[in-house]
Amino acid sequence: MSALLEVSGVSKSFDGFKAIDNLSFSIGEVELRAVIGPNGAGKTTFMDLVTGKTRPDSGTIRYGSLSRSLTGMSEARIAQAGIGRKFQKPTVFEDQTVVENLVMALKSPRNPFSVLIRRPPQRDRAATLAEQIGLDDALDRRAGELSHGQKQWLEIGMLLAQEPRVLLVDEPAAGMTTAEREKTTQMLVDAARTRAVVVIEHDMDFVRRLNCRVTVLHEGCVLAEGPLDHVCADPRVIDVYLGRDDDA
Amino acid sequence: MILRKPSVLIFLSALALVTIVTTLMAQAGLVSTSFVKLLGKTLCLAIAALAMDLVWGFTGILSLGHFAFFGIGGYAIGMWLMWDRTENIVMPSLTGGPLPPTPFQIEEAIGTQIFGVVGSSDVPWLWSLAGSLPLQLAAAVLVPGLIALIFGWLAFRSRVTGVYLSILTQAGTLALSLWLFQNDSGLRGNNGLSGLQNIPGLRDVAQSVVSLWFLWASAIALALAYLIAAWTVSGRFGSVLRGIRDDEARVRFLGYEVEHYKLAVFTGTAMVTGLAGALYYPQAGIVNPAEIAPIASIYLAVWVAIGGRGRLYGAVIGAAVVSLASSWFTGGGAPAINLGFYVIKWTDWWLVLLGFSFVLVTLFAPKGLGGLVDLWTGRRARGIGPLGPDQGSLRGKEEVA
Repeated sequence: MSALLEVSGVSKSFDGFKAIDNLSFSIGEVELRAVIGPNGAGKTTFMDLVTGKTRPDSGTIRYGSLSRSLTGMSEARIAQAGIGRKFQKPTVFEDQTVVENLVMALKSPRNPFSVLIRRPPQRDRAATLAEQIGLDDALDRRAGELSHGQKQWLEIGMLLAQEPRVLLVDEPAAGMTTAEREKTTQMLVDAARTRAVVVIEHDMDFVRRLNCRVTVLHEGCVLAEGPLDHVCADPRVIDVYLGRDDDA
Repeated sequence: MILRKPSVLIFLSALALVTIVTTLMAQAGLVSTSFVKLLGKTLCLAIAALAMDLVWGFTGILSLGHFAFFGIGGYAIGMWLMWDRTENIVMPSLTGGPLPPTPFQIEEAIGTQIFGVVGSSDVPWLWSLAGSLPLQLAAAVLVPGLIALIFGWLAFRSRVTGVYLSILTQAGTLALSLWLFQNDSGLRGNNGLSGLQNIPGLRDVAQSVVSLWFLWASAIALALAYLIAAWTVSGRFGSVLRGIRDDEARVRFLGYEVEHYKLAVFTGTAMVTGLAGALYYPQAGIVNPAEIAPIASIYLAVWVAIGGRGRLYGAVIGAAVVSLASSWFTGGGAPAINLGFYVIKWTDWWLVLLGFSFVLVTLFAPKGLGGLVDLWTGRRARGIGPLGPDQGSLRGKEEVA
């Protein structure tokens, strides 16, 4: 299986603090991957680097069958190229309706001119998506009125609407009820049938439920990688992460 | 599509009603020419306020320089008005001689007339197109557009946002007005351009009639501007603009180049504002550097805030109410209040009153006067309300499920 996204030898430091230290990571075309690690392991910085929010000091990030370099591309261009990102806290446009949120995310031309002039009806496409994320009875409600879990799903729906090839999801289960978690797990597993999905998560139970390969980050580099049970048995992982009594 | 929106229909009907009633009353001699002009000018200011609402209320860019574009539009049209009228004045005396005047003689005669006040008779290069109405009209739109494009490109590309961008726009506006104040700017220094109410070719038409023509032109321009603005903020484009206002990083990760959108809105509104200025100053009669001073752009923001930003009719209401009230208070319309020990003269105290209203609106009615419409229609306010993760109304239902 060839890699869809390949991060090799990337380093990034902020004011002397090495957030990412010679990190290498790759994910295939169709794969679900969980990234775990203690606080400060560089999980969010890793996402920022891939999505163009921050630029690496060294190393390369290549993407797609042509191995395009992502370093130096703007956030918008990277998103257009097919990398979607879900933030830790639900970031939907609270002032706008569910349909408006979804339509904005739908894969379609993004330049101001064509968005202003060409206005194809997209409500049906948005409604289909809303059904997938269980929001079909809330189409014209403003996103701000939705519950926490519904906002998370709306955001996942917006990501799916972008039809990305790589989905980066930051702590999707945070603050969710048990029922909501199960639904979220199912959404992510479904999404990973046709694309690469990287889930960053603190919650071990949630990761176990995803039933996928796990990458453990520690101090900005990969500590271990493999099936969850294999990783959990690794003495170094136990030492830095599992053995500690933190929120994992 | 846009015409089916109730707010657009109500607005257009109200505008038509005001224009028609004023016209009828003016013809019956019930309202003065100066009132007609005041109303026409107010409609032009409302166009500028609409543009400001698009930039600030919808896209979240607090530009404190948009009124400069209005002034530039006024200067552009004023140059043609002065040039053509002066040409009509100097031609009879020049053609009295045995030979027809050369173009050089004509230009010198016009130059002496126009630039005598700043001690010069040379025609500055800025005026090289002043003889052509179509070109000066084009300049009224394109010069603001070009300035906004260059300024916006530099500022947005460097991701200057928020208060820093506001300060930059103020600085730019200040620089422009200081330059215009100079006698050698080529635009008559602090004298500005005057006599603009005399439209060349319409010398035999009474001002009472010309004022009505301008009222109608302003009303039609406002109607068109409103339709275009309503169309712009509808659909996905409007969603993206409001998205940029609320969370621009998120919009970037959706694949939209935020800077391009900001630049498009900043430039487009600058052009519309320039055109509004070109309609305003022939009714005002004079444009001078004080019109471009930073305070004017701040007023523009105040109108939009008082009217209610993020809703188009709010901008129009704000501009109309504040500028009409300002004329009433400062024009001697409001009676002075005698407190016995002190007499409140509104010409002095109007600004204090305006300042207080701004503070009160900001504190107690953040939705502005336009928010009153919500009380009437029962519509829930956009973006303001008991929202948030813990107050979502479906929360309870979810926990049960």
